[in-house]
Amino acid sequence: MAAELVAGKTVVSTTINGEPLEIVCEPRESLLEVLRDTLHLTGAKEGCNNGNCGACNVILDGRLVNSCCVLAVEVKDGEITTIEGLATAEGLHPVQEAFLEGAALQCGICTPGFIVSTKALLDKNPNPTETEIRYWLAGNLCRCTGYDKIVRAVQAAAKNLSGGN
Amino acid sequence: MRSIKYAAPTSVEAAVAILDEYGEDARILAGGTDLIVQVRENGRDVGVMVDGKGIEELTRIEIGADGSLTMGAAVPCYQLTANEGVVAAFPGFIDAVSIIGGTAIQGRASVGGNLCNSGPAGDSIPALIVHGATANIAGPGGRRSVVVEDFCTRPGANVLETGELLVSLTLPAMPKNSGAHYLRFIPRNEMDIAVVGVGAMVKLDGDNFESARIALGAVAPTPLFVAASGDSLAGKPATEKSIEAAAAVAQEAARPITDMRGTAEFRKHLVGVLTKRALRGALERAKGGTVNGR
Amino acid sequence: MAVTRSEPIKTGDFDVIGTSPVRHDGVDKVTGRANYGADIHLPGMTHGLVLRSPHAHANIRSIDTSKAEALAGVVAVITGADFPDPGEHMTKAGEGGAQSIINKSADILARGKVHYQGHPVVAVAAKDLPTAEAALALIEVDYEVLPTVMTVQEAIADGAPIIMAELRTDEDGAELEGETNISEHSVSEEGDLGAGFAEADVIIEAEFNTSTVHQGFIEPMNGTAWWREDGTVDIWGSSQGHFGIRGEVSDLLLIPVSKVRVMAMEIGGGFGGKTTSYLEPLAAVLSRKSGRPVKMTMTREEVLKATGPTPGTWEKVKLGMRKDGKITAAHVILYFEAGGFPGSVLGAGVITALSPYALENQRVDGYEVLVNKSHTGAYRAPGATMSEYAVETVVEEACEKLGLDSMEVRLMNASKEGDMRVDGLPFPKMGTVETTQAIKDSDHWKTPLAPAAEPHLKRGRGLASGYWMNGGGMSSAQAIVNEDGTVTLREGSMDIGGTRTSIAMQLAETLGIAIEDVHPVVPNTDSIAFTGITGGSRTTYATGYAAHLAAEEVLEKMVAGMAQVWDVGKEDVDYENASFAAGEESATFKEAAALLDDANLLVTGSSSIAPNRPGPAIAVQLVDVEVDTETGKVEILRYTAAQDAGIAIYPPYVEGQIQGGVVQGIGWALNEEYWFDDDGRMRNSSLLDYRMPTAPDVPMIETIIVEVPNPGHPYGVRGVGEVPIVPPPAAIANAIYDAIGIRMRELPMSPARVVAALEKAKNGAG
Repeated sequence: MAAELVAGKTVVSTTINGEPLEIVCEPRESLLEVLRDTLHLTGAKEGCNNGNCGACNVILDGRLVNSCCVLAVEVKDGEITTIEGLATAEGLHPVQEAFLEGAALQCGICTPGFIVSTKALLDKNPNPTETEIRYWLAGNLCRCTGYDKIVRAVQAAAKNLSGGN
Repeated sequence: MRSIKYAAPTSVEAAVAILDEYGEDARILAGGTDLIVQVRENGRDVGVMVDGKGIEELTRIEIGADGSLTMGAAVPCYQLTANEGVVAAFPGFIDAVSIIGGTAIQGRASVGGNLCNSGPAGDSIPALIVHGATANIAGPGGRRSVVVEDFCTRPGANVLETGELLVSLTLPAMPKNSGAHYLRFIPRNEMDIAVVGVGAMVKLDGDNFESARIALGAVAPTPLFVAASGDSLAGKPATEKSIEAAAAVAQEAARPITDMRGTAEFRKHLVGVLTKRALRGALERAKGGTVNGR
Repeated sequence: MAVTRSEPIKTGDFDVIGTSPVRHDGVDKVTGRANYGADIHLPGMTHGLVLRSPHAHANIRSIDTSKAEALAGVVAVITGADFPDPGEHMTKAGEGGAQSIINKSADILARGKVHYQGHPVVAVAAKDLPTAEAALALIEVDYEVLPTVMTVQEAIADGAPIIMAELRTDEDGAELEGETNISEHSVSEEGDLGAGFAEADVIIEAEFNTSTVHQGFIEPMNGTAWWREDGTVDIWGSSQGHFGIRGEVSDLLLIPVSKVRVMAMEIGGGFGGKTTSYLEPLAAVLSRKSGRPVKMTMTREEVLKATGPTPGTWEKVKLGMRKDGKITAAHVILYFEAGGFPGSVLGAGVITALSPYALENQRVDGYEVLVNKSHTGAYRAPGATMSEYAVETVVEEACEKLGLDSMEVRLMNASKEGDMRVDGLPFPKMGTVETTQAIKDSDHWKTPLAPAAEPHLKRGRGLASGYWMNGGGMSSAQAIVNEDGTVTLREGSMDIGGTRTSIAMQLAETLGIAIEDVHPVVPNTDSIAFTGITGGSRTTYATGYAAHLAAEEVLEKMVAGMAQVWDVGKEDVDYENASFAAGEESATFKEAAALLDDANLLVTGSSSIAPNRPGPAIAVQLVDVEVDTETGKVEILRYTAAQDAGIAIYPPYVEGQIQGGVVQGIGWALNEEYWFDDDGRMRNSSLLDYRMPTAPDVPMIETIIVEVPNPGHPYGVRGVGEVPIVPPPAAIANAIYDAIGIRMRELPMSPARVVAALEKAKNGAG
């Protein structure tokens, strides 16, 4: 059964932050480009465009990924969560609260990536040790904070989410 | 990025057909963490990306009745590290799989892709070699297998012919009284390409080594299987002295260059240090112990 | 009726200052709503790219852009010829200022010659990025490749290739004869070096080399411009100072500043690297030529190759110490790389090198040298980290030779108010003694280093000090009292790390209102008076000062307004405990605001001020390391950083500045460097191989905030942003010495260098 080759613009059906969408894109476009330039979801940032900084982190089908290393055509029928999908009409996500309360950001450019990455961590491991937190976040570069307050914010969010244990 | 075409075949045959038609211009896309970046940065000229993630054989993980592991070439690393059976049976392999990039890379990158990228420093490759892994290939001429130590031919290149793809990798079951370990040296604690990587597997016969396999990464144009180093341990007592001697043989075989990740001298030195540490770890596991909790 | 505070002030005196409110821009930053330069989308927007020189040193024989211009979808192509002749500035800017504009013009888009790999040569704008990429590939540039000079030593050697034929060395104002790569030689001296060295019981002489390092902000440069048909232009970008960008675009395009409006975008880190323009002038000219908005961003590779890193250096230190610990003389020689054009942070390196110490006999020779690398820029306390790395190492060496405790030697020699800095300025009040004592009193200092778990691991402890003078400069603020009693505060400082709030806190303190009732806004350059860069650790100091004065004006006017409302004399109205009162009448700030609004008495207060007593910052840091002697890897086990903040306005953010600076310093000390090949091309121009610290590379960073209030600010503020990056390389070098007995004299102290040093020591070489 021969497979169809997609060349030029194509329509990709996917779900972003719970909302089904149809995206028009070319195969060469990364998920990051489509999020930022087509959908104007500019929360994910380009810091390096080669998987080394995490500023573009999103959650794809339950896994933390670098959206700069995923082609938009690959997310057909996928489920994507971006930073824009974390807060609700009721308010901020506990991870967002923890970063604010803990002063865990300075310039804020890496913050969406860290928050998405933290959500992915706590969804999987609700009670991480400091070492587990640091290694999970190894792919998220921050140049402003030195990571101290970020790690503490993750610990605070973990405590909050697990009911203060 | 340059303009590309994309296909998502659902069978090996369909994938072979596209690869055969487009030849050098086509490549299998698995995790994409190497390929997408390379094409974007003009490191590889690829016009057709053939997505392997929709092909069942490329995404399967299977431990056979004989204890061997067959994993599809597009299986992402996180699925292997989360698989309790695989971790328990092949901890020395998981040593390597679990350190290919950080969390977000682990979410996409595959061992098959790491092997096909054929970098001299690919972490999975020395680990595959010492486990005696074979690469299962499909192409226009049918199926064939190649031992992993023969797979890479030069930096970035391998034995896959036009129209061929890596379908899966098979690791034979670990024999009794054997153990393996992989470790690498990097300047930071994560997110670096190995300056030197060493994989070791040993099999014990009482207090002696019965056999051993040692493979080195980042010290030659391709990952290096140093048969002489492993063979030198056969029949020797399982002691630090034997380990040191084997490490010296490995050092002798290493042919590192000086590049931005390390000098030749430093790499030679590290081969000695890491081979000893890899052998100690493999020995510990062969005796039934654990290393780094696994 | 101004609010007065009596000295000495301390944190407990305040209601708002010293607290930890959630920052005003916080919600936008944690939800992805905040707009950074690259987030802008404009109707009909086109995309610009830069064609950069592949050669580190070359003459441009010719440029043929015809095929690119003909490509469908390309809207404009420009070269250096599209910029006005900067020589026209001679009369306006004076010779020094004009020369820097001439050089800047040649740097942002080459004129006839390229000075570094990555030097921009052509810029294009096209309907989308792939078309722009295709256009670049169609441009033909004919280069005459020239030999390169990549280090200070190469550049000053006899017969070295000359980068700028017209360059002459400026030696303390006099122009030396002859072609050279040395753009500047300065001498700063106090006292009598000869006598000082004669008095010493030990003299240490040592040489050091430090690699070029980059600021490493996570947000790459970007610049978007939209030319208007009436000759005005709007600019969006990533900058530490939008007025600075306005000025540069005005100077480079020879248009009045009033025709340039720069928007206040959020900025993803700068650390000194974004105090000058790169893409904005190019985008402006492309937009003018095409009539379309033009958006330009840099890739990480471009950022690393072609934007101002900090200078690499070669340094020599000679220091004399008496057996009682007094430093009797010190002579420092600094060679700083300027990069491809003159102008560097040498001056700051000169005045900081010896400033933690009170010295009678001291001299610093500073040389600025051109090399074929990107024009260097400022990186957080620019110049000080390199110069103090050398001095702090030598101080420790002298102490060791004399068998003295370096903590006591530091306290004994600590610079104090009235002591002379090497350039002849007396130090104002500063906390050298207090900050050093804070480390001596710390839990870390009192906790002995636990032994390592295995024989090949060695542990050590190291100490180092840092000095940074901090900056003043012009800042503006305007406060508007709203009818609901809240106050809108417009201030001109780009907010890189929470300064909107630290400035608003000072206004709130002066007004006596809650921080939640202040609404800080950073407007574009048309909508606020001139404000200098967010850099030099000046923002909380200078813009906070302006906010305080604006608040005082607000209170004066509100007093006058309430006098009118209550029909009494101004002198009869008091303002105390956030309430106005006259006789029987009283009104809270909120009530007064409503009453004044009813009476049509809108109250605003503003201030533009360039306060000139910023007060130096002192940092003293202690680190424990573990060295793996088999691999050369150095782990940071524990880190404590003490720092004099004057008065900490916004303590969690003061801590954050300290922790961030320390971790940058750790990266500088252990792993960050530029790797050039034989053709002068940077090979490690990605974040994979330009290795900045990741979360698992560092422990928690303990901070101790010391408060020696700065008399030059109503709330005692000292800038805190820069000095924390100064001590880490020296502290870590001193700790490595403690661990393995080897002085590392080259940065970074990478694993390969540590192993090589251990091998050398083992083989008995010196």
